[in-house]
Amino acid sequence: MKNIFVYCELTEEHRIADVSLELLSKGKKLADKLNVDLEAVVLGVQLDNAFEQLRSFGVSTIHYADDKQLFPYKTLTHAKLVQALFEKEQPEIVLFGATSVGRDLAPRIASALRCGLTADCTNLVIGNHVDERKNQNYENLLYQIRPAFGGNIIATIINPETRPQMATVREGVMKLEPQAVKNNPVKKKIDVSLLKPMDEVVKILHRHIEPPKVNLKAAQIMVAGGYGMGSKENFQILYELADLLGAEVGGTRAAVDAGFCGHERQIGQTGVTVRPKLYIACGISGAVQHRAGMDQSSKIISINTSIHAPINAIADYVVVGDVMKVIPKMMQSYKKQIK
Amino acid sequence: MKMKIVVLAKQVPDTRNVGKDAMKEDGTVNRGVLPAIFNPDDLNALELALTIKDKLKDVEITVITMGPTRAADIIREAIYRGADKGYLLTDRKFAGSDTLATSYALSKAVEKIKPDLVVCGLQAIDGDTAQVGPQIAEKLRLPQVTYVEKLESVDNKQMLLTRRLERGVETVSVPFPALITVHSSAAPCRPKHAKRMLKYKHAHTTTELQEQHRDYTDMFKEKPYLHIEEWNTEAVGADEKHLGLGGSPTKVKEIESVVLVQKESKRFTEKDQDIDQLMKELLETRVIG
Ligand SMILES: Cc1cc2nc3c(=O)[nH]c(=O)nc-3n(C[C@H](O)[C@H](O)[C@H](O)COP(=O)(O)OP(=O)(O)OC[C@H]3O[C@@H](n4cnc5c(N)ncnc54)[C@H](O)[C@@H]3O)c2cc1C
Ligand SMILES: Nc1ncnc2c1ncn2[C@@H]1O[C@H](COP(=O)(O)O)[C@@H](O)[C@H]1O
Repeated sequence: MKNIFVYCELTEEHRIADVSLELLSKGKKLADKLNVDLEAVVLGVQLDNAFEQLRSFGVSTIHYADDKQLFPYKTLTHAKLVQALFEKEQPEIVLFGATSVGRDLAPRIASALRCGLTADCTNLVIGNHVDERKNQNYENLLYQIRPAFGGNIIATIINPETRPQMATVREGVMKLEPQAVKNNPVKKKIDVSLLKPMDEVVKILHRHIEPPKVNLKAAQIMVAGGYGMGSKENFQILYELADLLGAEVGGTRAAVDAGFCGHERQIGQTGVTVRPKLYIACGISGAVQHRAGMDQSSKIISINTSIHAPINAIADYVVVGDVMKVIPKMMQSYKKQIK
Repeated sequence: MKMKIVVLAKQVPDTRNVGKDAMKEDGTVNRGVLPAIFNPDDLNALELALTIKDKLKDVEITVITMGPTRAADIIREAIYRGADKGYLLTDRKFAGSDTLATSYALSKAVEKIKPDLVVCGLQAIDGDTAQVGPQIAEKLRLPQVTYVEKLESVDNKQMLLTRRLERGVETVSVPFPALITVHSSAAPCRPKHAKRMLKYKHAHTTTELQEQHRDYTDMFKEKPYLHIEEWNTEAVGADEKHLGLGGSPTKVKEIESVVLVQKESKRFTEKDQDIDQLMKELLETRVIG
């Protein structure tokens, strides 16, 4: 009772997805703060690797079902089992990855349990709340913090009355922090006899899944382009610079929307969060949703024609100028100096 | 039998043009000060519904939008692009609804039509939650298929759909009735049809005409297709306690403007010496190299 649950998503390779491990890391801290246990939910097949991974995150109990109806993920089978589990276990807090699985499942569960759900949180904190109108104190609520609307605002969302308090979080937002010591969580099997033929009406006929293409999170140096790059052709120069520096290329949502680069490269609140040693922001204004995904970089360079771009405020180096002039010069200068 | 499709489309503030004055004290959005547009994903959703109509012919597409009076624009626009009709779900009691309360109100409206298929956008750009579609599906006990990129085939019993996932695609079959949410990578919506624009440009809700002090009774009697019907809480049989701020489990505790803490930064121009200096410093401090 009153514990924190993390819905652990399985990858194609039957491992627990990074985003779920990140949530377990955060969940453990929240659980320690509340003095409750951290529990994991895993549904799928071939769970041995997953069980082994879970030993490193301070989980007290793993609720699992190993059944071929549960892999690959399908909405109705997972929703039914997870809902039944939560009705029985009455969690205080539940966290999901903001992925195509988590964003499919979490709202369905929230609706069934009539509880609140906050999407794409960038931080989760335990805190109190006083409702002055009702003259009521609430202790130890989950503050679900996310940039809201329009870019200049950070909202703290709470669910004072309903349980569980549910949130989704994007990959990379929370830090992956395994525990120093492994433990042996209790394993509790979930009863799959609940599943009925009607939970199988949506049939997966074919899947084409590729190995992960880009791993922005692992890059030490990130070259990121924004709408100010002007075109897909101009964006090419970022790949050249990245090759030279051993970097990865990322983009803003405006750049992705304009077709300058693929969606998998989007950095920010609704993309990936990165913490490289160096972040080179090229033609990026620095909206809060973008900064949310990169402001923890150790060093930031901004290249922007406008001296007033908000990104300049958090940059260590500001180059005021046209990216198409500045980047070739940077490459030239670099080649010259490393000789 | 005629197939009935409901498309749920939302009028959203154009978040590309947001100023600082856009938030109200209580943390909700002051939609009044922003240009309002058809939520982009909902145009993809409409196109998918129109494609089904192209294929099966005997299909009626109804657009439902929940919002203030001016959201009737969405219904007109959808009709110009090929939808058959629309309803505006509007009531002060909806104000301040979170996704749970919104999905409750919309599910009540959808229930009145009893469609074979509900088509939503994946997400609305004002909140980016992608929650309303699955929540409506749950409330109506419908199977859901989210992240739909392509309609592969459809007959009167079922559809084959391709979904766009992080690392690839997945093709699924789903029988009717069902709810789907359509990804922005799906086919873009066909343009407004000139003839339909002429025919429907005077389509209005009663409230709109009242606000313009126009007499509508005769017009609606003569040309009933010009009447965009408004539904309120009672019309859809919704229970007030599940609506608005009171029916929303999530509350905004606090809104904070982001104050940028200005870092001590070094400035450079695009001159050769400046760039050399920058690269030199990066190399010396081992940030690169
Ligand atoms: C709910 C929500 C979620 C969002 N999630 C994300 C997210 O995850 N990631 C994200 O990035 N955005 C996100 N956004 C969008 C975000 O608010 C901004 O719109 C976006 O980040 C702006 O991208 P940009 O900086 O590339 O474009 P712009 O804001 O258009 O900035 C372009 C910049 O380029 C500069 N420039 C122009 N020409 C040149 C040149 N030749 N040389 C140098 N500089 C030049 C301009 O001065 C300007 O500063 C989200 C928005 C919402 C509402
Ligand atoms: N007020 C509304 N009126 C009509 N449809 C809506 C409304 N809010 C959400 N939707 C539908 O639900 C989808 C997801 O919205 P959201 O959960 O807000 O991201 C949208 O793309 C619409 O199809």
